[in-house]
Amino acid sequence: MANDVVVDKGRRRFLTATTAVVGGAGAVLAAIPFVKSWEPSEQAKAAGAPVLADISKIEPGQKVTFAWRGLPVFIVNRTEAQLAALPGEDARLKDPKSENTDQQPDYAQNEYRSIKPEWLVLIGICTHLGCVPDFFGDIKPEPFDPNWKGGFYCPCHKSRFDIAGRVFDGVPAPSNLAVPAYHFVDDTHILIGVNPGEKA
Amino acid sequence: MAGVFASVGNWFNERAPGLLPFYRKHMTEYYAPKNFNFWYYFGVLAFVVLINQILTGIFLTMFYKPSAAEAFSSVEYIMRDVEWGWLIRYMHSTGASLFFVVVYLHMFRGLLYGSYKKPRELVWLIGMLIFLALMAEAFMGYVLPWGNMSFWGAKVIISLFGAVPLIGDTLVTWIMGDYLPADATLNRFFALHVVALPLVLLLLVVLHVFALHEVGSNNPDGVEIKKGPKGNRWSDKAPADGIPFHPYYTVHDLVAIGFFLLLAAFIIFFAPTFGGWFLEHDNFIPANNLATPEHIKPVWYFTPYYAMLRMIPAKLPGVIVMFLGIAVLFLMPWLDRTKVKSIRYRGLGYKIALGLFAVSFVMLGAVGAGVTAETIPVWFGAEADVTSIENLFGRFWTVVYFGFFLFLWIYTHFGFEKTRPVPERVTTHE
Amino acid sequence: MNKPMTNHNPFKTLLARAGIALIASLGLSGGAFAAAGAGLQQANVTLTDVASMQRGARLFFNYCSGCHSLEYVRYSRMAEDLKMDPKAVEQNLIFTGAKIGDHALNNMSVEDGTRWFGKAPPDLSLEARAKGVDWIYSYLKSFYLDPTRPLGWNNTVFPNASMPNVLWELQGLQVAVTRPGSGGQDPHVERLEIRTPGRMDEQAFDGAVRDITAFLMYTAEPAALKRESMGVWVLLYLAFFTLLAYLLKHEFWKDVK
Repeated sequence: MANDVVVDKGRRRFLTATTAVVGGAGAVLAAIPFVKSWEPSEQAKAAGAPVLADISKIEPGQKVTFAWRGLPVFIVNRTEAQLAALPGEDARLKDPKSENTDQQPDYAQNEYRSIKPEWLVLIGICTHLGCVPDFFGDIKPEPFDPNWKGGFYCPCHKSRFDIAGRVFDGVPAPSNLAVPAYHFVDDTHILIGVNPGEKA
Repeated sequence: MAGVFASVGNWFNERAPGLLPFYRKHMTEYYAPKNFNFWYYFGVLAFVVLINQILTGIFLTMFYKPSAAEAFSSVEYIMRDVEWGWLIRYMHSTGASLFFVVVYLHMFRGLLYGSYKKPRELVWLIGMLIFLALMAEAFMGYVLPWGNMSFWGAKVIISLFGAVPLIGDTLVTWIMGDYLPADATLNRFFALHVVALPLVLLLLVVLHVFALHEVGSNNPDGVEIKKGPKGNRWSDKAPADGIPFHPYYTVHDLVAIGFFLLLAAFIIFFAPTFGGWFLEHDNFIPANNLATPEHIKPVWYFTPYYAMLRMIPAKLPGVIVMFLGIAVLFLMPWLDRTKVKSIRYRGLGYKIALGLFAVSFVMLGAVGAGVTAETIPVWFGAEADVTSIENLFGRFWTVVYFGFFLFLWIYTHFGFEKTRPVPERVTTHE
Repeated sequence: MNKPMTNHNPFKTLLARAGIALIASLGLSGGAFAAAGAGLQQANVTLTDVASMQRGARLFFNYCSGCHSLEYVRYSRMAEDLKMDPKAVEQNLIFTGAKIGDHALNNMSVEDGTRWFGKAPPDLSLEARAKGVDWIYSYLKSFYLDPTRPLGWNNTVFPNASMPNVLWELQGLQVAVTRPGSGGQDPHVERLEIRTPGRMDEQAFDGAVRDITAFLMYTAEPAALKRESMGVWVLLYLAFFTLLAYLLKHEFWKDVK
């Protein structure tokens, strides 16, 4: 083995490392467009545009479901009795004060989890595994809970939520039902998907 | 850190003891001649394009809809609505054309330095199969956007099979699955383009490289380094004129890849349609089965063969001549009887013939692309009989194209060629 | 062991000639627009003139969108790209009751279009890529009165087009000055001239047509707005990478003699 060339190992190692790092950085940058292509497309975004909900026909105690981004959004016109029952539930709940701020905008982090006390707006997706909970609005004993004060009951794994969407202790769902961004356009219209004071 | 690498390496080595020798055989202990020149870049560049086509293609299939009703608008959906979709699509469409650029240059290298000759006949034959598969792959991919050129290109190319005696018409209908290129055609072409042919291509590429590494690479001198003296800086048993593929040719090829990516990026970002050569204007019009584009022609990389088809005034003979134009390349190892491989040491006749062959290829490409039809009035005046002049021109170059192979056989079989002595060792020059 | 390279001139000359022929043929209009050749006027539009594209959008939606859709153009994306206020787009440019996130479709059915014009007016999203900006620019300027046509209009760029001159209020009424055709052929149109002036003088009208053309160039490829500026960075990166690769190669190849 002829070895007549003196190799500058430091320079060789430096150039190898530099080229590898620069090339690797380029590969990462080149991967960005491919990763980003999985984001919701303009089409999906247009289909997921804010939804204007007309609430003038919703009777007290009634729930109406609107579709926003393909998700069910519950709007409930809560009665005085339902609202009055809320504080009494606190002891049975996981997160009575809505301290998990991922589950509602700050303007809905209050005892009613809403902007106006009577109007509840919720994304109707169970925080356990994504089923749509059923609405049991009446204050009366139910098979799944003799002290029921109105709320939501998930048929999949029996998670229960009160009439403010707060999750009960001892059920599989980990957190309260989420409140979407919304605001009142006027007394009879709610725009789902847009925070108060934000541009559509 | 080094310890971690070593123990991971050992873990694998104990469980798959064949991996390291495999890596050595094909990379660090694959001794390639040290005198590769410019022409030896195109194989690795073709591999780079193949990887690009597979990656971008996978992402395009995530958004593309293979149905006649939705295909065209799904391409526009990719171009507009999908984040970065336009870039992914341009990478794929530019890659398709550049694939043929590098493959044609790669094949021409074979002709320059006799890379198809003993002992590399198998490498050449597998390479020709890759070329065939690539043409099928490109054609079917071209149909997918379902623009008007896609539609009529599909119609014309599929109709070629109608020239087959007796079963022609049945065959055409069977390929299309309808009485014109339609939803069924698009759907099956999609399956072939994204699944079947890529598998075939990958398999053939692996075989191509394995076949090459069995016999070793040729070089611009056409000297068999394995038959020369042994012993070099890295091994006593390796050919004296060979150098390890890794790291020497990997870093060497990296430079070429850099230049190639510069060229590709320039096209992708500044001229994605390449003036109508890579993405054709008429293909921005949705498929219309009632209106053939006025200037219908295949994409540039098929135009030489398309010109041969057009130059023959009868359907079946035209189709035969066109396929012969490709088939005859398979025979190169047996048509060329001269033992000397590299053009450097071959007779003047071969040099001239190969030069004319290259010119004929380009000229036929120009005829097929309609360049001559537009230039003839400029050169011969507006009253010129374009068709006759073009036919004369195109037939002349068709004869030159096939004449190359005939000449080559006569020239080498009857010993007319006066070769010059081939050196014992490869030559290098700065 | 370095042997001087011997003379390969005949071959290299041929190769060079082939190269020149290839480049020459690329330069020629082999890949040209199919409808070229009618002596088109240069549109000279660029994607950097946002104001021009905005004016073009207004003209398009006021004069063209009754018949022609832009089915791949989303109003919201257009507003964003052309720096227009979405509210203003909704109020001033959307005449179909569509939402801002919708595509710019129109209310004319293919059947109606075919009945009224003989051929349904095509979608124009990609017109600039299919026909070229020069074609659009020249076509819009080349309408003339022709009583022999069903709608009374003809066009020198696209003879016997079924489309009437929707911009006549702006351009005025243009007529053809003809020269008798030789040997029983149709009269040959020598040039066009304005008989009744419109609301715009010639220069203003050219500007308006250029605006529409620029807008259609945008709709044909919205990505073109950012493609080139991004390309510069990619090329710079690749140039740097190639330089490093070259240095690396040079370093390793010191071993090779």
